[in-house]
Amino acid sequence: MGTIILLVVVAAIVLWVIAAYNALVALKNQVVNAWKQIDVQLKRRHDLIPNLVDTVKGYMGFERSTLEAVISARNKAVSAQGVGQTAKAEGELSQALGRLFALTENYPELKSSANVLQLQEELTSTENKIGFARQLYNDVATQYNTRQAQFPTSLVAGLAKASPSELWEIEDAAERAVPRVNLSLDQPGT
Amino acid sequence: MSEQNLFAQQETNKRKSAWLVAGFLLFFAWIGFGGDLAFYLYTRDLPPERYHHVIPFIGLIACAIAAGTARYAWRNGAKRVLDAAGAQELVNPATPELKRLDNVVEEMAIAAGLPKPKIWIVPDADPNAFATGHDPLTAHLAVTEGLLKVLDRDELQAVVAHEMSHIRNYDIRLMTLLAAMVGSVALLSEVLGRFMRGGGGLGGRGRGGGGGKGKGNPAAAIVLVLWIITLILAPIVSRLLTMGVSRKREFLADASGAQLNRNPMALASALEKIAAAPGATKCIAKGAGHMCIVDPAEARLAEREGFVGNLLASHPPIRLRVARLHGMAYLAQNQAGAGAAS
Repeated sequence: MGTIILLVVVAAIVLWVIAAYNALVALKNQVVNAWKQIDVQLKRRHDLIPNLVDTVKGYMGFERSTLEAVISARNKAVSAQGVGQTAKAEGELSQALGRLFALTENYPELKSSANVLQLQEELTSTENKIGFARQLYNDVATQYNTRQAQFPTSLVAGLAKASPSELWEIEDAAERAVPRVNLSLDQPGT
Repeated sequence: MSEQNLFAQQETNKRKSAWLVAGFLLFFAWIGFGGDLAFYLYTRDLPPERYHHVIPFIGLIACAIAAGTARYAWRNGAKRVLDAAGAQELVNPATPELKRLDNVVEEMAIAAGLPKPKIWIVPDADPNAFATGHDPLTAHLAVTEGLLKVLDRDELQAVVAHEMSHIRNYDIRLMTLLAAMVGSVALLSEVLGRFMRGGGGLGGRGRGGGGGKGKGNPAAAIVLVLWIITLILAPIVSRLLTMGVSRKREFLADASGAQLNRNPMALASALEKIAAAPGATKCIAKGAGHMCIVDPAEARLAEREGFVGNLLASHPPIRLRVARLHGMAYLAQNQAGAGAAS
C-alpha cells in the first residue's frame, strides 16, 4: 500500500516537472521569436536609410551634418550586439532620423515628392513595427522572467536552462513619452 | 491583457464554437426526426393498406443537410462571407493609400504576435471593416474603400487593431460560424413554413377522416405543436443569440485592440467618424452585420439604448464605446503621469 502511494506521489511530481519544464521552454522560444521579429524590422530600417539619404541629398545637400549623423548612427546600429547595446544604438538612430524629418519641413518640394513621401511612409511604418515588436518582446520577456522566478517553477528553471531575458529599455526620455496619443489629435495629413 | 486572460478567452470561444455546431445539428435533427415522429404517430392507427411512415427519412435528410452545412461553414465560411461582400484580395498594394493599409496591418500583426492576415478590399463607399476566418493562421481582414478615405493613419491602425484582436481571441471562428448557421436556420424555417402552408390544404383534403383520428391521438398533436413552435422561434432565437454574443465581443475587442496600438483615443475618433458617415454599408449581407466593426445597417439601431434596443442590436451604442475608450485613455494618461513623477 505504502509503495503505491509513493509511486503515485513520484508520478505526480514527475508529471509536474515535465509540464513546468515545457512551459518554460515554450516561453523561451516565444522570447527568441519576438526578438527575431525586432531583428527583421531593424534590418529593414537599416536597408531603407541609404535609400532615403540618397533621395534627400539632392534637395538638401547643405544639411551635410544631419545626413552624416544619420549615416553614422545607422552604421553604429548595424554593428551593435546584444539587447542593451542595440537598444541604445537604435534609440540614437531614431533621434537622428527624427531630426532629418524635422528638417524636411523646410523643403516644400521635398515634402511633395512622391518618392520621398513613399520612403517616409515606409520609414514611419518600420519605426512603428520596431515599436510594436519591442512591445511584444518586452511583454513576452517579462512573462518569461516572472515565470522562472516564481516559486515552484523556479526549481525547474536550472533544468530548463532558463535565465532572465534582458528587456529593451527605452533610455531616452523623449522616446519614452512617445507622443502616440497626441498624434491622433493632430489634423490628418500633418 | 495577461496571457492567462487571453488563453481563457480563446478557449471559451473555441468551446462556444463547438457548442454552436452541436446545437445547430441538434436543431436540424429535431426538425427532421420530430417531423418523422409526428407523421409516424398520425399514420400509426390507419388501416394497413394506407401509407405508414416508419422509415424516418425526413430526419436522415435533415441531418445530412445539417452536417453538410456545418462542414461547409467550418471550412469555407470565411470565403463565403468575403465573396458575399464582393471583396477583392489586396495582393500588390499599388497606391500609397493601399500601401499604408498593408503597412498598418503588418504593424498590428507584429503587435499581436500573429502572422499577417490576408487583406481584402470591399468596394463600398461607407466606412466599415470586418475580420473572418477559422483561426489566426488562416485569418482574413477586410476593409471598405470608404474606410481608407475617411480615416487617417492612426485611426486606421486602431480599427485594424480592433479586428486583429477579434482574430487573436478566436472571435472570428465563432462569428463566421454564427453567420453561416443563422442563415441556414432562417432558410430552413422559411422553406418549411412555405411548404406547410402550401401542403397543409392538400393534406387536409387527402386525409379526409384524418382529423377525427388526430383527435384521438394527443401525442401526435403535442409533437406537432412543439415542432411548429420550434420552427417559428428558431430564426428569432438564433438572431438574438448572435446579437448577444456579438455585443459582448465588441466591447472586448475595443479594449484589447487599444492594448495593441496603445492608443484608445484613435479608435474613439475612428468610431465617431465611421458613425458620422451617412448611408448603409450596402455590400455587407444582412446575416454578416454582426461581424463588422460598426453595424452596417442604415438605421443604426445600435444607437438606441434601453432593453429593446439592447436586445436587438448587434453592437453596443457607439456613444458608449467611445466613452469607454475615453476612460481608457484617461487612465493610461494618469498612469504615465504617475510613472514619470515617481
